[in-house]
Amino acid sequence: MSLVDPTIAILITGALVGMTGALLGSFLVLRGNSMLADAISHSILFGIAVAWLLTGQTSGPVQIIGAALSGVLAVFLIELLTRTRRLRDDAAIGLVFPALFSAGVVLINVYARDVHLDEHTVLLGEIGFVWLDTLTIAGMEIPRAMLTLSVMLLVDALFVLAFFKTLKLATFDADLARVLGLMPGLIFYAHLSLLSGTAVAAFDAVGVVLFISFVVVPPAAAYLVTQRLVSLIALAMLIAAASAPIGYWMAVWLDVSIGGMMALSTGGFLLLAYCWRRLRDHRHYRSRSLEPPPASSA
Amino acid sequence: MLSFLTDYTLQNVMIGAALIGIISGVLGCFAVLRRQSLLGDTLSHAALPGVCLGFLWAGSRSMESLMAGALFSGAVATVIMLTLTRRTRLKMDAALAVTLSLGFALGVVLLTFIQNRGGAAQAGLDSFLFGQAAATVRGDLYPMAVIVLIGLSLVVVFWKPLKLMTFDPEYAAVSGLPVRLLELFLTGMIALAVVVGLQMVGVILMTAMVIAPGAAARQWSGSLLGMLLLAAFFGATAGISGGVISALAPGLSTGPVVVLVASAIALFSLLFAPQRGLIPSRWRRRHKRSHTSSDRILLTVYELAREHGDWSYRVEQGAVDAYYGMVTEPLLQALAQRDLLKAADHMPDEGPHWQLTQSGCEYAAARSRDQSRTRRLRQVERPA
Repeated sequence: MSLVDPTIAILITGALVGMTGALLGSFLVLRGNSMLADAISHSILFGIAVAWLLTGQTSGPVQIIGAALSGVLAVFLIELLTRTRRLRDDAAIGLVFPALFSAGVVLINVYARDVHLDEHTVLLGEIGFVWLDTLTIAGMEIPRAMLTLSVMLLVDALFVLAFFKTLKLATFDADLARVLGLMPGLIFYAHLSLLSGTAVAAFDAVGVVLFISFVVVPPAAAYLVTQRLVSLIALAMLIAAASAPIGYWMAVWLDVSIGGMMALSTGGFLLLAYCWRRLRDHRHYRSRSLEPPPASSA
Repeated sequence: MLSFLTDYTLQNVMIGAALIGIISGVLGCFAVLRRQSLLGDTLSHAALPGVCLGFLWAGSRSMESLMAGALFSGAVATVIMLTLTRRTRLKMDAALAVTLSLGFALGVVLLTFIQNRGGAAQAGLDSFLFGQAAATVRGDLYPMAVIVLIGLSLVVVFWKPLKLMTFDPEYAAVSGLPVRLLELFLTGMIALAVVVGLQMVGVILMTAMVIAPGAAARQWSGSLLGMLLLAAFFGATAGISGGVISALAPGLSTGPVVVLVASAIALFSLLFAPQRGLIPSRWRRRHKRSHTSSDRILLTVYELAREHGDWSYRVEQGAVDAYYGMVTEPLLQALAQRDLLKAADHMPDEGPHWQLTQSGCEYAAARSRDQSRTRRLRQVERPA
């Protein structure tokens, strides 16, 4: 059982993408900024294209940091536009990321007619090929994407552990965090920088758009089941990790895109969580012969 | 030079791009005003599985079946979004992001499913990701034109309720309009706009065509009608110029070029629109500030003169400085430039003095009347 075995490499890489995304995504969903995941993951295409033009490579620490900066740039521009009060935040998001994404595609169209970087790979990823690109570390051959994603997961987990209290407070009560001098704005930017770094590391595995599924859907599903932050994060990461093998085998069975099927599997868990919640609410209200609260109050 | 206007492909591209720009600009205005811009994003990503289903159903790349498929998946996506927001504790943003990503994932799965089944007919189906204007043929334009006509006439027919829904949904609900139905109707209209743009702009970037023209038009116009007309114009401009650029430069996808042009229009409007533009309004504020403070100084001189019962009363510059706590000489000079004040003769040991001119006296009297009227009005509004 070696790490360059295609099946093992695909399964581990998929699970890594899922867990990293779900870890960071939990805070995003709870804060009500889910669409920023959309904005960031589209905007990094611009950074990937620029980093590629400057260094000729799409992987490596410098490229990841460089490309991640374009995700942070998108968040900064969105804030700037919103602050002019000429646009609402939704319109600001919708103006910024398509522009950066388009600039990235045009750069690739014009300069990078190259096998290694075309917009379809960036968009859809090719997790089926991750085992082809390997590095040898301490005599052990290891797929490059797996290594990068492991490092990203480690960094993200360390960040969350180190700043857990601050993140929690900044997520649920940003005003209190500000009064206590915890600088929620800074934590917000650090969190989103890590999210865009993770998106860059994940793009050649699942592509930038499918990455959103791993960031948003598992936390959303977990949120339907639990309201405790720690169990929400744990459940979200579990759902994301479980979606990788399920998606893989379904994709092999139906002969379709592996990344797409993994992303779609997270939706299956959301459906399960939804049914479980409906059933539980139903029982809960019937056993107490209560009227359920009006639906729109949620 | 103008020979390219008669080129068959270019004609198709220009007509199609203009249609896309008009419909997405007009319908996008409602989304922008109702703070639902990202609905377009979700609906356009979710159109991809519909396109694939339409292809599978028809077995060919006919425009009508692809559009029907996209409309169908837009409807399903809307139902999922509404279920998630109304029946669970998930908020709008999570519902949008979930629907967007799962819809797109399903689209990718179906796309590879179609590709792996082979067949030459699937060629070009993934051009729906970024759009390929050059692939447009005359036959594609007719269904687009029909949808544009339907969309625009629906806006005309339902003008009043739509307007009310957009600006005052609560009043609309109270006055007995079917608000839920109208909301669904508007969502469906945005899905229509997305469907028209699939072929040329692609599913990923149609969101920008829904938002950018409306956001740009909002900066220039304060009325809904003006905004819609301008958005249609901006959308058509972006569509035509982007479409022509990408058709002339081989290898450039159409969608990104169109979106870059639309974004440039939006940026220009944000900066330079006469009323709301950032640069004009900053300039106006600075201009107004300098005017206001010099007017206040003039009024001080006027009040002093009135208290003394002498319109040619000479006010000491040092006294004005002390009253305002700043050096007022530049403002006094500016007032003298406008021929409202003049430097007065004074004793050698005292500082410079100023007195009102004839026109300054009249101007200050008018301003003073304005001010006391405003003060009276405020008192009426805020009884003690």
